[in-house]
Amino acid sequence: MDEYLILMRLDLITKEAQPSPEQLESYMKMYHDWVGGIAAQNKFVGGTGLATEGKVIKFGPVITDGPFVEIKESLAGFITIRATDLEDATNIAKQCPILGGEGNSVEVRKIQGH
Amino acid sequence: MTNDHTILHLFRTEYRKIVSVLCRRFGFAQMEIAEDIASETFLTATQVWGVKGIPPNPMAWLYNVAKNKAKNHLQRNTVFEEKVVVEIKNTTTDFYETDIDLSPQNVIDSQLQMMFAVCHPLIPSEAQIGLSLRILCGFGIEEIADAFLSNKETINKRLFRAKEKIREGGINVEMPAEAEIDERLIPLLTTIYLLFNEGYYSVSQNQTLRKDLCLEAMRLCTMLVENKATNKPQVNALLALMCFHASRFEARQDKNGEIILYDDQDASLWNTDLISKGGYFLNCAANGDSVSKYHLEAGIAYWHTQKADTTEKWENILQLYNRLLQMEYSPIAALNRTYALAKANGKQAAIIEAEKLNLTGNHFYFALLGELHTGINPAKAKQSFKDARALAKTDADKQAMQKKIDALSAMDI
Repeated sequence: MDEYLILMRLDLITKEAQPSPEQLESYMKMYHDWVGGIAAQNKFVGGTGLATEGKVIKFGPVITDGPFVEIKESLAGFITIRATDLEDATNIAKQCPILGGEGNSVEVRKIQGH
Repeated sequence: MTNDHTILHLFRTEYRKIVSVLCRRFGFAQMEIAEDIASETFLTATQVWGVKGIPPNPMAWLYNVAKNKAKNHLQRNTVFEEKVVVEIKNTTTDFYETDIDLSPQNVIDSQLQMMFAVCHPLIPSEAQIGLSLRILCGFGIEEIADAFLSNKETINKRLFRAKEKIREGGINVEMPAEAEIDERLIPLLTTIYLLFNEGYYSVSQNQTLRKDLCLEAMRLCTMLVENKATNKPQVNALLALMCFHASRFEARQDKNGEIILYDDQDASLWNTDLISKGGYFLNCAANGDSVSKYHLEAGIAYWHTQKADTTEKWENILQLYNRLLQMEYSPIAALNRTYALAKANGKQAAIIEAEKLNLTGNHFYFALLGELHTGINPAKAKQSFKDARALAKTDADKQAMQKKIDALSAMDI
């Protein structure tokens, strides 16, 4: 088993894309059930959601309030999982409920050194 | 007969106190001497009380005899003097005061310190449980062997090795420093919970013994809650968890000692006193911002004390299992989580998740699949129960699966 990072990106700026409190609650349940399902397969390693507050630091250094500065999709959370190969990891990531929202995306990357 | 009962009861409650106090006085490495003195004290009691009857204050009598035996030992044992006293001189200030302190406060303090000493990280965990049963719960070697479905020789060997570790590691009978308490509580709470589970889920046929194991685990945990330094949220959560489980003691077994499954239990037999105690400790456990696995398990156990099959109940249980599994995976939690998923999100969703679990060597896995397919795909349900029957280890489990198969077959006709 190798470890993979699943990065979740959400559109946090487009007003129309923001969920209502009820929608948010139902999304959270779907998210928790998805992570719980990974953990039930003993494939959960770690990770969490991220606060929307943050800073982006660039060459210079230029510091701006982030994380959503120039691109629509912002990092919303990450988890690390155990998977047999990239395909297995991709299949798990495909089930991520944030993919139900237009403009959202999930990125899967193998963690080096494992 | 009454004499025997009194002595047996006193042995269970007082043996550990005497051993703890003496161990603290002599040093943990001299545990055998402490055990010998405590055992001799009870032997003397059996002999004297057999002739003269039970004294008016048996506890005081025992403490007095134990004190005298300890004093004699301190005075006469030259080997002890040469080898150990040097050490005691350096570690205890009251060396010249040979009095053995069996005051209530010292008895409590000594027992708490013994708990930490026995559950020291240097001692292997299976030995911790054996030692706890022997030293902290006053169980006989035979009872321990029975609880572990093992034999006396194996248990004796295990205890012997544990005592060697204690000597090698130079483990002291003392409270950990305040900063270390959380860390040291981890193995201690694990041992207490294992003790409880040993009683709750054990395959041993001895019902009284099994219940005693559970009660002892709860008693040890209560001692930690009653002490300021160890009255931590995770300790309260564990106590709450055990109270909730214990509330079903009377309902989970029929007259023949057979386990009655949760769904079939008569809820009027659940102990409401223990349920409200559990609620109280769970409330206490909410002081602080840390969530331990005991918090999550206590939450799950709390919802199981609510018999009504509501969406709220199963949704809460599901989310608690989701979090518990992220903290610590176990096959049984994975299976229980999938059951809760079926109740909260429907059987179809649960079947998809169940098939990912990869627990095909586990009979409970197929029993769960059987439940999930029941009412959806009878053929698959039957096959799953048959697979479960083939993998089941006990006759009772095999029979339970057979019943399910028979029930499905009856529906075919």
